[in-house]
Amino acid sequence: MPKVKVQRKSTAIDMTAMCDVAFLLLTFFMLTSNFTQKEPIQVSTPSSISEIKIPETDIMTILVENSGKVFFGLDGQPERKEMLKNMGELYSIEFTEKEYKDFSLINIFGVPIEQMKNFLSLKPSDRDLKENALGIPADSLNNQFKSWVKAARLAEPKARIAIKADQGTPYPVIKNLMNSLQDLNENRYNLITSLEQNPDKLKTSE
Amino acid sequence: MSEISTESSGGKKGKKKSKKVSTRIDFTPMVDLGFLLITFFMLTTTMIKPQTMEIAMPSKDKVPEEEQTKVKASRAITIILEKNNEVYYYEGTRENDIDPKVNKTDFSASGIREFLIKRNYDVMVKVEELNKEKARTEMKQEEYDKRKNEIIADKKAPIVLIKATNDASYRNLVDILDEMAICNIGRYAIVDITEYDIELLKSVTI
Repeated sequence: MPKVKVQRKSTAIDMTAMCDVAFLLLTFFMLTSNFTQKEPIQVSTPSSISEIKIPETDIMTILVENSGKVFFGLDGQPERKEMLKNMGELYSIEFTEKEYKDFSLINIFGVPIEQMKNFLSLKPSDRDLKENALGIPADSLNNQFKSWVKAARLAEPKARIAIKADQGTPYPVIKNLMNSLQDLNENRYNLITSLEQNPDKLKTSE
Repeated sequence: MSEISTESSGGKKGKKKSKKVSTRIDFTPMVDLGFLLITFFMLTTTMIKPQTMEIAMPSKDKVPEEEQTKVKASRAITIILEKNNEVYYYEGTRENDIDPKVNKTDFSASGIREFLIKRNYDVMVKVEELNKEKARTEMKQEEYDKRKNEIIADKKAPIVLIKATNDASYRNLVDILDEMAICNIGRYAIVDITEYDIELLKSVTI
């Protein structure tokens, strides 16, 4: 009997198809991506059924940690520079060109204006440290938060305000922010939430 | 792995034959690179834009007495947010020296939502019909919004006053605003808590 010969097949696979797929996906991700913005603190937003998406540009972000610390950010580098200029005039602090440049690269910050110079002189990696996340004073005695909103409004008149607060934030903190905004006649703003399923409305009533 | 063919170009009779090199290239490294980049983009992107809730607060400008809209007591519902996610509500206001009955409830579907749906049932039914009509016919979003707003602005629909105590959290506020959206409450306002409400609450909690 002749031996059955096992035919040896080459193990090499044609990679072209796989390559096509990989690059197709790559293109997709590159086109749809907007990079995650670095935030000094992590907040977990409360969920709501609202499905309105927030616009990506022209946004003033107010970040509130559950301890009540307030952080502030404005979209766009030239606008940030302009905002710091306005703030500097208000608190009579002179900033150098380098400090303006550094500041315009910071997405969201939370330092009192008196320590801004100090903060900007730090290395970018040190700025995210816990002890540097001081929060912006927002109480009625020293309401720098209000000044920042005003400065941002001057720099970018059509910016929308978005409040991103942790779900455990005590209400007085929010009330204080809302009152500050009300003082500035900023009566329309957005609360950033995460998505939740809309319950079947009438069923629950039966 | 590489598939560069090794055709023997054993020269027969010394005829000069140009060496045929296969055009097949090994794609494996390219696939590797492709997937590496995909991984990078997948990890750095935020696919979902955050949801937001739009909220309009009243402006601080004083409205003259005669222009103020008086809330009819029979339409008014006051919701008070307390600590530990507790919700208290009462209908109407103090009349003939009798305090309104304060009820305690929670944020579950059978809690405050059930009550609001019951009070707002006519509007709920109408909105439901509109939703069905929208699903059946190809109604434009603008028309839908317009008609929904008309329904919600019903003259008999309840008006909700949201009052939060200092012990409430931000999450409670968003939750209650959410309930307003779920129950199609057209008119609601976030108001500061009054002494009277605190007194009322005390009588219930003790």
